[in-house]
Amino acid sequence: MNGLMGIGFFSLLSNQSWFAEWGGKIYNAWINMNGWKLFLNGLKVTLGVSAVAVIIGVAIGFILALMKLTEAKKGKRTVLSTLAGIYIDIIRGTPSLVQLFIMYFIVFKSHMSLMAGMLAFGLNSGAYVAEIIRGGILSVNKGQMEAGRSLGLSYGMTMRYVIVPQAIKTILPALGNEFIVLVKETSVISFIGVVDIMKSGQFLISRTYEPFVPYISIAVVYYVIIKILSLLLNAFERRLRRNDTR
Amino acid sequence: MKKFGKVVAVMMTAVMLLSGCGGTTGTSTENGTSSGLPAKVVVGTNAEFPPFEYMDDNGQPDGFDMALIKEVGKRAGFEVEIKNMDFDALLMSMSTGGIDMVIAGMTATEEKEKQVDFSDPYFDAKQVIIVKQDNNEIKTFDDLSGKKVAVQQGTTGDLSVTEGDPTCVVNGVDVKRMNKGADAVVDLINGGVDAVVIDLLPAKEFVEAHPDDIKIVEDNAVVEHYAIAMPKGSDELKKAVNDALASIKEDGTLDQLKEQYDATETVNK
Repeated sequence: MNGLMGIGFFSLLSNQSWFAEWGGKIYNAWINMNGWKLFLNGLKVTLGVSAVAVIIGVAIGFILALMKLTEAKKGKRTVLSTLAGIYIDIIRGTPSLVQLFIMYFIVFKSHMSLMAGMLAFGLNSGAYVAEIIRGGILSVNKGQMEAGRSLGLSYGMTMRYVIVPQAIKTILPALGNEFIVLVKETSVISFIGVVDIMKSGQFLISRTYEPFVPYISIAVVYYVIIKILSLLLNAFERRLRRNDTR
Repeated sequence: MKKFGKVVAVMMTAVMLLSGCGGTTGTSTENGTSSGLPAKVVVGTNAEFPPFEYMDDNGQPDGFDMALIKEVGKRAGFEVEIKNMDFDALLMSMSTGGIDMVIAGMTATEEKEKQVDFSDPYFDAKQVIIVKQDNNEIKTFDDLSGKKVAVQQGTTGDLSVTEGDPTCVVNGVDVKRMNKGADAVVDLINGGVDAVVIDLLPAKEFVEAHPDDIKIVEDNAVVEHYAIAMPKGSDELKKAVNDALASIKEDGTLDQLKEQYDATETVNK
């Protein structure tokens, strides 16, 4: 459909031959080569991988953040905080592509590439999310915890009902940023043969030997996904700030 | 809308100018002169296709194709500069003027011939199937139907098992497209796929490296001709390259190079 619109647009714009040629290239990539179908399937894979990776990332990130926070609670290093620290250190210190290859070729032994990808991205994102959540929780004034405890709430209850709800507002912009980075990062899953948006475009190139239309199409599709995602995040943030008095 | 149109027009113009592929415009001025050959030709390759092209111990591209193109340059009278890049990026780089020629074990197909000119073929290559040592089920391309097969994306092996492609020889294959042939072979050794379809010569190299794990299955279903690619309409360059190739074939240098780099066209061992 977009291809047809492209053609209409270009042929209206000018009757010069190279506009026709470009219209032809877009038509060839999107319609003749079934590009729209490829991109649609790729879009599903990218969104699916991103969604699962985000869920894994937030879950792991939250657990890691709690592990690291035991340090703040006790006032000294703990086994849990050290373990979480090592995990975060290793994940942040290695490229995600290398982590993906290790996960796929070594851990999963070339089986279940989709699963390997989701897990690799989720584990990777978890390390970053952990630091974001930890930072958010630590940013809540110490007095809040003291007040909660002195009112008879347990540590866990104070966390749940007092600290975390306040921390979420601080966390959200950084967390949204991490989601956006993650969605774009999933494009490296094409390296292990999973047909996402990136791989769909590269497939078209390997068949048409014409890079411009597929790569521009990939860029546009990613841009639209990220745009929608950031609009949603903004709306959510605004909703949370509705009752702020400052 | 109008404004957008202008922006697009400017962008398109810029792209066309940069790429120098206006389609109908003359190409005789491509290399600065309207007669004679350029003094230096930038040749693109993808040095991951032994024994045709690979990185030698010093990190320089070496192999049968490299030796051949240097010999061609010597006889046609131009200097050769090798540029290494992704296989998928080769033809697009040539279309944007980044390189002048491609020698990368590339098959001359009708589809590609719409985009580029090919020299006379210099090598006949056969696609083979690599399977696990203990696999006795897969004997021909037909047996790949319903199987998981890893290939290097965009190669002839890829096309030969892709349903709907004009050169496809078997339908119903679950194709896994990797960026590198080595990744496809790792998938096979790991057991993630049932077979790999790839050129005979790299297949031999892979099997030599893992003789206990994998073996080659021969089938004459897919044989193709390697040629040197040049931008569409480079008639003079093409003629010079073809003349040089003919003389290299005639005086036995081609056979000698094939032997030197173990680039055999026959199947035995």
